Amino acid sequence: MGKTKMTPEEMSAKLDAVLATHKGEGQKALMSTLQQAQGIYGYLPLPVQKKVAEALDLSVAEVYGVISFYSFFSLKPKGETVFTVCLGTACYVKGAQALLEKIEESIGVSSGDVTKDGKYSISACRCVGACGLAPVILVNEDVYGRLTPEELPAIIAKYKEAD
Amino acid sequence: MDLFRAHVLVCCGTGCTSSSSPRIMEQFDQLLPQFGLDKEIKVVKTGCFGLCAEGPVVVIYPEGVMYYRVSPDDVKEIISEHLLKGRYVHRLMTMAVASGSAASGSFAAEDNSFFSKQLRIALRNCGVINPEKIEEYIAHDGYAALGSILTEKRDPFEIIQAIKASGLRGRGGGGFPTGNKWEFAAKVQNDTKYVCCNADEGDPGAFMDRSILEGDPHSVIEAMTIAGYCIGAHQGYVYVRAEYPIAVERLQIAINQAREYGLLGENIFDSGFDFDLDIRLGAGAFVCGEETALMRSIEGKRGNPTPRPPFPAVKGLFGKPTILNNVETYANIPVILRKGADWFASIGTEKSKGTKVFALGGKVNNVGLVEIPMGTTVREIVFDIGGGIPKNKAFKAVQTGGPSGGCIPASLLDTPIDYDNLIAVGSMMGSGGMIVMDEDTCMVDIAKFFLEFTVDESCGKCSPCRIGTKRMYEILSKITDGTGTMDDIKALEEVALALKNGSLCALGQTAANPILSTLHHFRDEYIEHVVDKKCRCHVCKGLTQYYIEPDLCKKCSLCAKKCPVGCISGVVGKETYVINPDACIKCGACMDACKFKAVVKK
Repeated sequence: MGKTKMTPEEMSAKLDAVLATHKGEGQKALMSTLQQAQGIYGYLPLPVQKKVAEALDLSVAEVYGVISFYSFFSLKPKGETVFTVCLGTACYVKGAQALLEKIEESIGVSSGDVTKDGKYSISACRCVGACGLAPVILVNEDVYGRLTPEELPAIIAKYKEAD
Repeated sequence: MDLFRAHVLVCCGTGCTSSSSPRIMEQFDQLLPQFGLDKEIKVVKTGCFGLCAEGPVVVIYPEGVMYYRVSPDDVKEIISEHLLKGRYVHRLMTMAVASGSAASGSFAAEDNSFFSKQLRIALRNCGVINPEKIEEYIAHDGYAALGSILTEKRDPFEIIQAIKASGLRGRGGGGFPTGNKWEFAAKVQNDTKYVCCNADEGDPGAFMDRSILEGDPHSVIEAMTIAGYCIGAHQGYVYVRAEYPIAVERLQIAINQAREYGLLGENIFDSGFDFDLDIRLGAGAFVCGEETALMRSIEGKRGNPTPRPPFPAVKGLFGKPTILNNVETYANIPVILRKGADWFASIGTEKSKGTKVFALGGKVNNVGLVEIPMGTTVREIVFDIGGGIPKNKAFKAVQTGGPSGGCIPASLLDTPIDYDNLIAVGSMMGSGGMIVMDEDTCMVDIAKFFLEFTVDESCGKCSPCRIGTKRMYEILSKITDGTGTMDDIKALEEVALALKNGSLCALGQTAANPILSTLHHFRDEYIEHVVDKKCRCHVCKGLTQYYIEPDLCKKCSLCAKKCPVGCISGVVGKETYVINPDACIKCGACMDACKFKAVVKK
């Protein structure tokens, strides 16, 4: 998540190193390999899937099947700044839906999408477990709790200025 | 060993960490030497105290003074006043929203109504010890149960018998007797068996398993090792949500420390018994909380449930006999074995023994983690421990059991909580999320919220669940949009029944519960949506109209300027403004813009 500073060559080298440690381990190492690969690339494009499949002796279809099953794995790149709105029950009851709508309105894309320039993306998540601070949003890894829609413009502006 | 005259406990659970408790720790570490107190005062990083709404929380012993909503800037005052001069910082001792300590005139944490009705067994060490130091767990009788079992080489079936006698039932929601589960797996002959821990706490609004892993990870490690000894397993896996980074980190630290101390690995306590643990990370699939799906996920596959039988005790992980228990269940085991089955069985109701941890959230003053003896009423939890509803609003219902559970209305507030009573009122224990709803919560919308969740999380393997949840969601959307009919309500009930009888796993079998229970207790709200085309809580947009009160309108034109579709007309300073309901898109921009609260929802 967030900004990736590595060059494509560095990412590729890092992935090769990860794959070397799991070489030939098969299906049981798939989840952790994918988690590490996504940690490097931020998402899991087809070339990465192919490399993982080869290293673990699996078909690309099996790898893709696992990726598409779990919501943590992403086939699309995320924005440099990611707004995540918690839509767990505690946050929902306290008005998280209104926060999500407000963020969608000010960023100009809907939840699950990235802006055309690749700078911002919005996602909704299921419970970050900070129910005591409901409603909660995350901007990259920063947590903002006990929010009202009125407080959002200032928070969004902070990240837009930082660019 | 150094002796300290006071201990400062800083809560570093996820909630408090999000609101800057690491910076509070840093401030203490930086400032104490400046005041020359670093040899007298010890700062301890602990797990969750439970009072998350008032976090970050700092407790100072020996007095037991609790400071709420502490900011890093307050640290200097706490040191110079409390720790140096012995004067309490009263402005930080009042809870922002509820009664509790301030009202009773007492400052001690134990006298706070939030804590006085609780009985902390599973959470016994959370907020008390530093979870990253195994010595602190050991000092609280940690690993004593494991030690006595292994050094005395006790008969595994005698231990299983004790767990059966305690009456402990699975805390993940199903409520299956834990001892029986262990016995099945112990009786199966196989050289390889596994012990698994379900920490895939997917129920939105529940966070007790996370808090135990963050606050007392060793209790889970100890219990899993005991389970391994009882059934004859030498390898365990803890399956944790990837969304819980702090819990994963602390559990890994705890596993490493246990290995260093010889409490995990080969020849534990020189008994010849080997057992080791590994963490497996989930990847955001709710269905993986179901036991067969969880095991498929550990195997690196799609988390599709498989039919039972065969049960995991016979054929589980990698096709070997496996037991799987929830984090909270494991946290109870070491205490039960230390204090005895009779002690545990003396707490709770006839068929539900011991305590249950609930994550109290939603429209309630004291949001947080509470552990109560079984048999405590819903009223005691919401009003005594929870401090009631904010802004003096009326209580409407509590929701338990998450997407598999249901709502308990005001008329059933005096229901004593246990597994069987909750099922009898159409809800379930679930993993322990308890969300309070007030008069502003629309029950049809809440049912829709849960169905949206199950539609998303249905794995798609069996058709009743895959198709049924989607159809029910569509019908609910129709009702909340204002186009529903009475036939739709009937159809909902029919589809719900098909789901309950036809689905492969518990996710589908229980997916209709939020609908059935709200239909049962709040049928009038459904009928209002369908017949009167009205949502009394003004939550459902399709049924809500924006309206400008002519008496309150100051003719300033601000609303008309903000309206994105230009449906508000009037003349500045001369004519009051009016919304054209046919053109209005119900975005609410006018309501946000009006400084005189003249825009209302009808």
